[in-house]
Amino acid sequence: MSDSWIAVCSRDEIDEEDVMRFDHEGRTFAIYRSPDDAFFATDGLCTHEKIHLADGLVMDEVIECPKHNGRFNYKTGKALGAPVCVNLQTYPVKLDGDTVYIAIG
Amino acid sequence: MTTSATKRDYSLIGRDAQRAVETGLSAAEWYHTDIPRKEMKELMKREDGPAIRDTALWLGGMVVTGGLGAALWGSWWCVPFFLVYGVLYGSASDSRWHECGHGTAFKTRWMNDVVYQIACFMIMRNPITWRWSHTRHHTDTVIVGRDPEIAVMRPPDLFRLILNVFGILDAGYAMVDMLRNAAGIISREEKTFVPAEEQPKAIRVARIWLALYAATIVAAFAMGSILPLMLIGLPRLYGAWHHVMTGLLQHGGLADNVIDHRLNSRTVYMNPFSRFVYWNMNYHVEHHMFPMVPYHALPRLHAMIKHDLPAPCPSILAGYREMIPAFLRQLKNEDYFLKRSLPPTAKPYREDFEPQALAAE
Ligand code: FES
Repeated sequence: MSDSWIAVCSRDEIDEEDVMRFDHEGRTFAIYRSPDDAFFATDGLCTHEKIHLADGLVMDEVIECPKHNGRFNYKTGKALGAPVCVNLQTYPVKLDGDTVYIAIG
Repeated sequence: MTTSATKRDYSLIGRDAQRAVETGLSAAEWYHTDIPRKEMKELMKREDGPAIRDTALWLGGMVVTGGLGAALWGSWWCVPFFLVYGVLYGSASDSRWHECGHGTAFKTRWMNDVVYQIACFMIMRNPITWRWSHTRHHTDTVIVGRDPEIAVMRPPDLFRLILNVFGILDAGYAMVDMLRNAAGIISREEKTFVPAEEQPKAIRVARIWLALYAATIVAAFAMGSILPLMLIGLPRLYGAWHHVMTGLLQHGGLADNVIDHRLNSRTVYMNPFSRFVYWNMNYHVEHHMFPMVPYHALPRLHAMIKHDLPAPCPSILAGYREMIPAFLRQLKNEDYFLKRSLPPTAKPYREDFEPQALAAE
């Protein structure tokens, strides 16, 4: 797994309780910084209609999709109710120095 | 002037539905005004305060006017109280259903959910079915054959519109839907937008509602009076006029089959009472462009992006002054619609995407 760590950004590029889009080799991801300053990553597109979650709103451990307000727990990927019914894929994230890395696998 | 108008097929399982999917008109990428992320986050921020205040006013107003109306039942003095009660029940519930369905009214989730259920009951919209229909309305706004919430189809059925000012057809259809769902049946059209795993929930709610209406009818018989129905059920008819009046303005007479809300939605400046009942949905272009922004932040959003939008209608009356002639013209030519010109400060419409909307007259 450690071979596949990919540098995303420096920690300060994402505000606390916010999300950033990250595109890599034709795939798109959402990278989150929680209110308690931890980093998380999920697939970048909503499982409902493939909208970029990075345009949505982070509230505590929830990301709300900007299109129909579907909600996911971005730490677990769990879909929290209609109109999102399919969970999000999550990815390991680590912080090395000031750099955020994601393991895409 | 086009003489051979295109006959529209509004069925969700018909020709136009299929064509919208094939041509990519359905689930398309819609135009959004650019807003810096920082400002957008401020606009999207959730709060409990405004909606708690407004809900206390709304439900408190219903208790007072409904209570006084009931106490004065039998005299003409009850009329003004029922007029207000009716609007709070049969119209304000529309905007509460809508905003809580988006989950943006309150910051606290359970508060959204409770008000959503109450409002759904009053406006007679199954909370499951209508959540999904509204989801589709946002994906495919006024796309013929895809949007299940097109209030005025072309050519407009003006008789139907007038009946609905008193909720007559809508409430009738709602009762039929409730009875059908309570019998365990989900229609073919409902199946196109309600996922299979959600359908049993729609059936459960319909059965609960049926029991509530049955209890109200039993109470009316027991009391030998329609008073229980004046409080539960009938206000959906005699109080519907305000939500119909404001709702028709949302998209009426504007373009269909476009993917820019500036062309198919209408922002209207309104008086404070209507904005309270309607929960600021008069900022309708703004709402469709950014459904994440709560109702109480829409005036701020409007101020921020109005340079990029067509000029809003200055009043409800002005909205009707442009919409009614458009409906009348659509009776003869269903391709007719009101074009929306943009201010010089706005980003132009995408000509490659909206050729019809930009060229037709
Ligand atoms: S696209 Fe995300 S909730 Fe619909």
